[in-house]
Amino acid sequence: MTGPALEDLMRELTPQVLGTLVRRHGRFEDCEDAVQEAVLAAAVQWPAGGVPENPRGWLTTVASRRLIDQVRGDHARRARESATAVAEVAPENVPDADDTLVLLFLCCHPALTAASQTALTLRAAGGLTTAEIARAFLVPEATMAARISRAKQRIKAAGGSFSLPGSAELQERLGVVLHVLYLIFNEGYTASAGRDLHRPDLAHEAIRLARMVHAQLPGDGEVTGLLALMLLTHARREARTTAAGDLVPLDEQDRMKWDRTMTDEGMELARTSLAALALGPYQLQAAIAATHADAARAEETNWPQVHALYLILERIAPNPMVTLNRAIALAETEGPQAGLALLSALDDDQRMAGHHRLLSVRAGLLEKAGDTAGAYDHYRRAAKATASLAEQRYLESRASRVRPPAAATDELRSR
Amino acid sequence: MQFLISLHINPAVLDALTDEEKAAIGDGHGRFIQALKQSGELVTTQALVDPSQAAVVTVRNGQPAVTDGPFLEAKEYLGGFYLVDCEDKDRAIELAAQIPDAAIQGLGVEVRQVMFADGPLEA
Repeated sequence: MTGPALEDLMRELTPQVLGTLVRRHGRFEDCEDAVQEAVLAAAVQWPAGGVPENPRGWLTTVASRRLIDQVRGDHARRARESATAVAEVAPENVPDADDTLVLLFLCCHPALTAASQTALTLRAAGGLTTAEIARAFLVPEATMAARISRAKQRIKAAGGSFSLPGSAELQERLGVVLHVLYLIFNEGYTASAGRDLHRPDLAHEAIRLARMVHAQLPGDGEVTGLLALMLLTHARREARTTAAGDLVPLDEQDRMKWDRTMTDEGMELARTSLAALALGPYQLQAAIAATHADAARAEETNWPQVHALYLILERIAPNPMVTLNRAIALAETEGPQAGLALLSALDDDQRMAGHHRLLSVRAGLLEKAGDTAGAYDHYRRAAKATASLAEQRYLESRASRVRPPAAATDELRSR
Repeated sequence: MQFLISLHINPAVLDALTDEEKAAIGDGHGRFIQALKQSGELVTTQALVDPSQAAVVTVRNGQPAVTDGPFLEAKEYLGGFYLVDCEDKDRAIELAAQIPDAAIQGLGVEVRQVMFADGPLEA
């Protein structure tokens, strides 16, 4: 087994081994250190000596020993125990049950901030190193190390235990886990390309973790829905930016560039998820993404269906962003004025005041309605309000496309 | 999300402070840095030399020229900054309010989100 395959195996085994250790011994923080050391030992020994017959058992045994050493503070013994001695360890019997899910619940403990939940999930369940996570979020390693360490202390202080939450609490806690995976995916999705070639692919990582949860809870509609949503969104990756890194909106994307395999899997999962008894926001968003994926060309989009799905989404999970998206669908079915009328309902919402998305959507609808002066003004204001450089470039290019003749002549005159 | 918390100082205001008040500001920043490090929110922080030490660089017709600064004729100057990585803008504002300068009339503390970053992060 070589580099990438070995790395995949290690990433898959790390949360399982960590789960087993935490279940047996508690002491999350110590267990994590011990597992990291065992993984390090494996990374040194396996490429040369071959992967042991039971790699998970090997890691569990080595990590358990490290943990016991750590707890005893027996540094002398650790020093004597050479790398070769570790290699001779016989695998212990490890339970078949996968503790990864329990581990995820612990990492997404409600006592933590979203930033801490995300970091801890990537570290403990995703098996990324602290340095990799730091690079992914563009912060120094020391900053990320402090954040992860603080998160573990918080869990301990909050009395977090290594067990699945009771059935009453389970859905709510699962919701937090799914939200954290969604945040990880979005971070990867919105990251500007080419800034750091070594930046780990967070979208890919989120999909991997979502697959893991889905394998454990295949009957949960929201889990299936989230995985479907991620796949359908990730499938558009190649089409959503130009080679120069400029954003390409959905209706202008070359749909031949969408990853067909990923789209097909996402559509199938989206269909399956809709069979669940209760519908949740991820299922509906997946269904919307699937409707877009169903159209070979943007003009063939089933907008009445998209609008209907947003309407249901708005009812079960009211949110100004959903209303904003519904306005786009409504403009497609009933014309830009209907969309603009819906947007005016958002003007009084404190969360949306001056928000660049509201400004840019209104700009787009004004452009469709033929009000180029209004569109120009709103594109410019949206460009000022966004914190994303790529989006700002896109909005400025839109603005110059609709620049009213007066503004253009003024500019010419000033030259 | 990353935010730059910039500190706009007024040398005249700082000069008018007593030694105790100056020491209290220093201690306040020390405690603030310590807390940020522990919470995992500090990316970096830097303080600049006095504005009187600034050099203003201009290039006209391809010829560079240097004059003694500062560039702006103002009462307040950029004195330093904190670059933080935190949950959202509300948290950045909450952090800014903990900086001792924010409680002193004539000194300015400003919060702005980072839009683009490049270069090594380890200072």
